[in-house]
Amino acid sequence: MAAKHHRVGDQPWVRRILVGLALSITVILLVIPLVVIFYQALSAGWSTFTSNVLDEYTLHAIGLTLFVALLTVPLNLVFGTALAWSVTRFRFPGRKLLTTLIDIPFAVSPVVAGLLYLLLYGRNGWVGSWLGQYDIQLMFSWPGIVMVTVFVTSPFVARELIPLMQQQGSEEEEAGVVLGASGWRVFRKITLPNIKWALIYGVILTNARAVGEFGAVSVVSGNIRGQTNTLPLHVELLYQDYNIVGAFASASLLAGIAILTLIAKAFVEWRQSRPEQPAPEKGGV
Amino acid sequence: MSAPSQAAGAAPVRRFAGRSKRVLPGFGLSLGISLFFVSLVLLLPLTGLVMETAGMTWDQFWFTVTDPRVVESYKVTLWTALAASLFNGAFGLLLAWVLVRYDFPGKRLVDAVVDLPFALPTAVAGITLATLFATNGWYGQVLEKIGVEVAFTPLGIVVAMAFTSIPFVVRTVQPVLEELSPADEEAAVSLGASDLRVFRKVIFPSLWPAVVTGIALSFTRSLGEFGAIIFIAGNTPYVSEVTSLMIFVRLQEYDYAAASAIASLMLLVSLCLLFAINLWQGRYLRRLEGR
Repeated sequence: MAAKHHRVGDQPWVRRILVGLALSITVILLVIPLVVIFYQALSAGWSTFTSNVLDEYTLHAIGLTLFVALLTVPLNLVFGTALAWSVTRFRFPGRKLLTTLIDIPFAVSPVVAGLLYLLLYGRNGWVGSWLGQYDIQLMFSWPGIVMVTVFVTSPFVARELIPLMQQQGSEEEEAGVVLGASGWRVFRKITLPNIKWALIYGVILTNARAVGEFGAVSVVSGNIRGQTNTLPLHVELLYQDYNIVGAFASASLLAGIAILTLIAKAFVEWRQSRPEQPAPEKGGV
Repeated sequence: MSAPSQAAGAAPVRRFAGRSKRVLPGFGLSLGISLFFVSLVLLLPLTGLVMETAGMTWDQFWFTVTDPRVVESYKVTLWTALAASLFNGAFGLLLAWVLVRYDFPGKRLVDAVVDLPFALPTAVAGITLATLFATNGWYGQVLEKIGVEVAFTPLGIVVAMAFTSIPFVVRTVQPVLEELSPADEEAAVSLGASDLRVFRKVIFPSLWPAVVTGIALSFTRSLGEFGAIIFIAGNTPYVSEVTSLMIFVRLQEYDYAAASAIASLMLLVSLCLLFAINLWQGRYLRRLEGR
């Protein structure tokens, strides 16, 4: 036994204990909670589940949630790509600061994020009061929900792209430009295929968070049933009405999106690790 | 510096690197979009908070942020976030170790499910944990027998915070562990050092910066967490109210000034943590590259 022992934790008994412990905690903290969501949603039978999901307010919440995600994702896709391009392909003063600034939404509490928007665009805010003169109200209606969702999801695409684009370097693109291709063509034919999977994963993460954002949205939405209720807010509303089965029915839809997100992530990682075309040898450090 | 370019002439390296970057087009457009977006979406909203807080006198501000109920919420938030992130430090290290070092059935599944807390909406996590830990829930029933109450106590806050920040330590430690060269470790083991000693003297020194980063990220996230907590915490004033909830409560009382005062304090702490983590990561990464 001792002869086979080369690295720390090689012994079968150590391995068994550590794997067993890790698996137990994973099951208790992650797997069972996931199961409970669907168990509760279906606890009153399939027909109750479908009638809960097809409820008028639930359908409206689903529609609003999808609409918000549909507006948020393209905006952050453009922003994330532009930001990643500028900080990985050029050097300029303030570059480090810019990459730190985009992490702000990760550090700030969602409630604070919602409050920031409420203070600026609300009735008493300096932008909000000015817009009020033209009868434009952004807070407590869908534009406010979209705005805070854009805020909280803004780092995802950029955060996925920056490390990858930094690591890949820009020689291929420079070669393309030197050979006379236009900038847009270089981006489409060289950059995009290289960053495709990271970009897709960034979009998936943005979408998952956009669909599920709760704290920031609950500050600016006004929670008007059938009007400004997103699916996560709807879950809260039902739960507080003691409609537990109904709350979990809506929650199970969100959990379904979460599971799809995890599957998509596994798929994207698998594609990235597959040596489709051997990466060109990079010299030096 | 980045990898050398192919068409290197005799030009000094720094000037060349600078110029070669400008071969690529789109600097103005991409930086323009980025700056516009950062200013409009991330920075402009800060002005509302600054103006709201600037409208208060210092005494009003101080009175608001040192209100006993609010101070109690700082204490609760800080110790629960600390407990949750330390738990994640240990559990995350264990999980990363197991995922990198061993093969076992279901490994891919575990690796995938680690990210669940980031993919699952916080409100869903909140009602799920509250249901599980309620006295008639699957976990609550068992815990009640040994006299532990989780739902509607600060312990519930720890559970919610721990859940929502599980991936941080795992995902920061995993890549470092993967790239650890086995040579030193094997040498130490073959010289007869005990496993625990090798782990402490050889492995942990290269691992701990990643563990600290993960714990710090987890702590920052936990400080601001809201959705997962409010369902399980019970939200009893002076006992189980977190600071983000205090802001929400003040908003519902239409006391925007008080909400802003507390929020500005919280924002300051989060931003300091963010900058500290980024500086720390920058230093630590440079050290790795510098070798």
